[in-house]
Formats: sequence, structure tokens, C-alpha cells
Amino acid sequence: MASKSEVTNMRSKWMSFLVPALAVLVSLLIGAIIILAIGQNPIKAYGVMLKGAFGSRVAWADNITKMTSLLLTGLAVGFGFRAGVFNIGAEGQMAMGGIFAMIIGLNLGNVPPVIAIPLTILAGMLGGAFWASIAGWLKAQTGAHEVITTIMLNWIAYHLTNYLVSGPFTVGIGIPKSPEIAKSAQLPPLLTAQASTVPSGIIIAIAAAIVIYILLEKTTLGYEAKAVGFNPYAAEYGGISISKNIVLTMAISGALAGLAGALEVMCVHHRIFGAFTSDRGFDGITIALIGQNNPIGIIFSAFLISSLRAGSNSMQTVGVPDDIIVIVQGIIIFFVAADRIIKTWIIKASKLGKNKSSQTIKGGEEA
Amino acid sequence: MTWIQAIFTALASPLFYKLTILSALPLVFAGIGGVFSEITGVTNIALEGIMKLGGFVAAVFIFYTGNPWIGLLMGMIGGLVLAFLHAYVSIEWSANQIVSATALILIAQGTVGFLMKPIFGQEGQTDFLTKIPMIKIEPLKKVPFIGEIFGELSAFFYIAIGVIIFSWFLLYKTPLGLRMRAVGENPQAADTLGVNVKGIRYFGVLMSGVLAALGGMYIAIGDIGQFQELMPAGKGFIALAAMILGNWNPVGTMWAALLFGAADAMNIQLQTLMELPSETKALLNLLPFVLTIVVVGGFIGKTRAPAASGVPYEKE
Repeated sequence: MASKSEVTNMRSKWMSFLVPALAVLVSLLIGAIIILAIGQNPIKAYGVMLKGAFGSRVAWADNITKMTSLLLTGLAVGFGFRAGVFNIGAEGQMAMGGIFAMIIGLNLGNVPPVIAIPLTILAGMLGGAFWASIAGWLKAQTGAHEVITTIMLNWIAYHLTNYLVSGPFTVGIGIPKSPEIAKSAQLPPLLTAQASTVPSGIIIAIAAAIVIYILLEKTTLGYEAKAVGFNPYAAEYGGISISKNIVLTMAISGALAGLAGALEVMCVHHRIFGAFTSDRGFDGITIALIGQNNPIGIIFSAFLISSLRAGSNSMQTVGVPDDIIVIVQGIIIFFVAADRIIKTWIIKASKLGKNKSSQTIKGGEEA
Repeated sequence: MTWIQAIFTALASPLFYKLTILSALPLVFAGIGGVFSEITGVTNIALEGIMKLGGFVAAVFIFYTGNPWIGLLMGMIGGLVLAFLHAYVSIEWSANQIVSATALILIAQGTVGFLMKPIFGQEGQTDFLTKIPMIKIEPLKKVPFIGEIFGELSAFFYIAIGVIIFSWFLLYKTPLGLRMRAVGENPQAADTLGVNVKGIRYFGVLMSGVLAALGGMYIAIGDIGQFQELMPAGKGFIALAAMILGNWNPVGTMWAALLFGAADAMNIQLQTLMELPSETKALLNLLPFVLTIVVVGGFIGKTRAPAASGVPYEKE
């Protein structure tokens, strides 16, 4: 085991790339072993997965569609982490964003898209921000841990969605669903690939990542949020209000998840139904951790996870249940939590490398 | 029937109290599991995942052997394995305990989803399986009201009573319990006095695994006799709230679990007593979750967590 100081000293940028990269690789390897254990061929399975993620225009369209909401929930969780809150509630905030966007979007039939689209987006962001602020306010006021409150808010949002689509907003028969939002509130697709479309939401999502990057790195607000996340006591001593920051952080984080919900409604389904968030909020945790809570890193990790998700559906065709990806994500998070294990491997490996090279030099001298 | 009438009808019927106890059972097991872990200084928000895996493993072994007791044993071992992973990285590698537990919830969810089809040939839920038997007490059954509540209950009820008494005695009346609490409050001081901090923490986390698994198993093979992928549907987190409201004390946790159980029971009773449209039922399902938020928000300042809970301990 490497000594404590050795481990903590390795905080270089290189390390913050290497640790999650190795975590992903090791997890995929363990995934391969699990696939072998149920008597399937992991190379074939992963091959089919790659094809399902990148093999055709339709695959790319599906991939980018998934990436749009994943990038935003990843940003939501990552921004929270930077400011010291564990927002595990992106799922519920995304649902609330979708609900708000749907309600506003339904009523904008007579409004031109230039106004209808921003209004619907704004409604979604407000919905998510409102939902997350409840947890932020409770934490600031009473110290209630945001992990428990946001999980409860997830369940409430889930049941609330079911209530709305089976009661006040129900339409048609079959699975309970809301009506379609007005045409003017729908976002036009960026590209069309056969039956699938690449949503223009991806541009909004990437823009959001850049905005959050600037917010964190270049503004007082971001500096304060990071200071609270790094050491709340020191931040308070330095004159930063912790409770104000917690509520604000949760609101921004929730707004990002709400935006994911709004775009899902405006670009993909044009309506809501039960569980339309399909675990994207939870995937945001994996994405934030792989991206090391850096908005630019999160763009890449969102693409990684959307590719895994888009590809995993095709794995079913070769007899591998797509839940393998959930296991792989779990193992990735596990290794990121215990990043010292991986850092120790890296230190050992680099030491081994050095010893070997010095030995060969010695050997060369003797000869 | 109006709402007021329905509420009073429910309160007057023994069924409401029986349902309260039964809804509280998984929270009692998992909540006391949370107590065991946190009191030694390791937070374990993975209760939800452990419950899921415990219930699933039990269902698998009952499916193959037909013997519910073998299922119970293997489910406990399943919970133990998952808890061990959490203990190992939390204690040996100073891992972020919240993140590690989140990982375990995903691993449990993924494993269950991955294996449902290969093992049971279907997704979503299993067929009905042999349940852990009910225990009938004939003389008690004849007592009016009380008999209808306690006359015939799942063996899990008696296991829960045992767990409550055992854990209260262990934590407050034995040297081991004293050491556990000391390690959770001030590991440095405990270490100086020769207490094996790591060993005690392993014990606490592993116990939480066994107990949370029991909670998950009650839902699957004690109550309806079927495992569903959605189980335990948030109960692992409500159990954490019960632990907080119960002030990290097994008996307190039991009372808190009964409060949450009552909310659940009232929900079930109202849905059967009143002819409610499905959307109102969906709305009523919010009740236990709203109550949990109110409780966690309202009481957290009044109860106190073990001082070192969630803080990794490293020797200088």
C-alpha cells in the first residue's frame, strides 16, 4: 500500500484523467468476466454494443439523443458535488422539469416559437430548480441530509407524474400519458436520420456545460460555491453564507436536471408519461464521477455512458441482458469512491516500471 | 364514505394495526441495520440495495430448493457480501462512504436485473414462491381485537422482536456495545484505549448487511411470497429516516418504523375503504414519502448522529 502522503500528493491533472479511465477499463473487464460466467462471449457482446452505439446513422441519432439528457443530469450532479452537496435527486428534478415544460408547452399554441421555446425551457428549469431547492432549503434550515430528502423527492415526483398522466392531464387510451405539447413549443430536430432524429437539444446541453464551466472557474458565485464545497467552515469564516449557498447550489443543480426534462419533452416525446425520465438522473451520478465533476470532462463521460446505454440494448440480441451496463456503472462508481485503490496501483506500476528500467541499464553496463 | 369516516373506520379496525406492524417490519430490520453501521462510524445508505439483493437471493434459493429457510440463510449471506464490499473500501481505503454506497445500490440493481431472466425465465417479477411460514397462536387468536392483530403473524415478526431485544441489549448492556459506541463517537480515543477500531467497524457494517437483507426478505418471501424487481421501492431510504427519527437507538427506530408503518397502513386502508379513482390512489402513494421528508426535516436537529459517522479513521 502506498503511503498516505504519496497518494494525496498525486493530485495532478494526469491523475484526474487516469483514475476514472482505469476505473472504466477495470469495470468493463469485470463485466466481461460476468458475461463469460453466464456462458456468453464477451468479445461478441461488446462488439454488438459498439455497433449498437456507432454502427449506423440511426445508432448515432439514438446515442446523441440519450447524451443530451445525460450530459445535463451529469452536470447537475457534478455541479452539486463541486459545491459540497450530493444531489442524488436529478431523477425527480428531471421529472419536474418535464412536468413544468409540458404544462406550459400545452398552452402556447398561439405563441410563435421564438417566444414559446424559451418559455418552455425556462419553465422546465424552474420546475427542476424548485424541486431541488426544497432539499437545499431543508439542509440549510435543519441539516436534513440531501441524500435522503432528494430520494424522497424522487419518489414523490414519480408518483406525481403518474397522478398527472392518469388524472388531470390524461389523454387517449393505453398507457397513461399527457397530451402532446403545442407544435410551437417543440424543438425542431438538428438532423434527421431515417426515422430517428438528432435533437437540437444537444447544442443547448453543450452550451450549458460551457456556461457551468465559466460559472465555476470565472465568477464569484462559482468561487463561493467551490469554497463551501471544499471547506464549509473556512468559507463561512471568510464571510460566505453557507445556507444561502446551499440553496443556490441546489437550485442551479436542479435547473440543469429540469432542463434535461424539458428537452426530453420538447425534442423526444413531446409529452410525459410514467417514468419518462428512465433513470437518466441516476446515470448522472456515474457521469459526474467519471468526469471528475469538471463540466468539460462531463461532456466526454456523458458521451461514454450514452454510448454504453445506446449499445447495451443490442446486447440483448446475443443473449446478454442490458442490465450488465448497470453493474458496470456500479463498479465504476465503486472504484471512483475508493480511488486510492487505483492510485496505489498506478504508483506501484510506475515504481515497477522504474525498477525494471534501472535494472536493464545495470545489465547493459555489466555486458 | 367521506374521508373522515374512512379514517375513523380504519382506526377502529384491528386490520389497521396489523398492517401497521407488517409495514413497519422491513423498516425495523433495515433501520436497526443502519443503527449498527452508523453507531460504529460508517454511514450505510446502501440499505436499499442490500434489501433488494437479500430478497432476490432468497427468492433464487427458494426457487431451486423449495426450502424458505435455506433462502433466508442465503439471503443473509448475500447481504453480508454486499455490506463487506462497503466495509472494505470504507475502512481500509477511506473511500467516500456515500459514493461507495451509491455504487452498491447500482450493483445490486444491475445484478438483480441481469439475473432475473436467466434464472426465473421472466423479467419484472418471479412466480409465487414458498413463503416463510406464519405462526399461529390459537389461544391468542380467540381474544377479540388483539387476537386479530397478533393471532397469526409471519415468523419474521418474531425474528424482528428478537432483533430489537438483542440489539438493544448488545449496544447498551455489553462491553462490545460500549466499544461500538465509543468507536462511532471518538475513534482516536477508543484506539488509544486499545479498542480494535477496524474490527468493530467491520462488525457494525456486516451486521447492517444481515439486518437489511432480512428487511428485504420480509417484503419478498414473508409478505407476498414473490420477488419483484422494483422492491423495496424506497423502503431502504425510509429506514434511514426511521433510524434518524429513532435517534440511532434500536428501540427508538422501532417506534419510528411503526409511525411510517401507520402511514402506509392508512394509505392501504383508505384505498380499500373508499372507492377512489386511480389518480387519487397515485396521489395517496405519496404519503409515506412526504411524511419521511417532514420527519427528516423536522427532527434531525433534535436527534444526534454519532460524532464520527461517515468519517474515515486513519492511524496517524
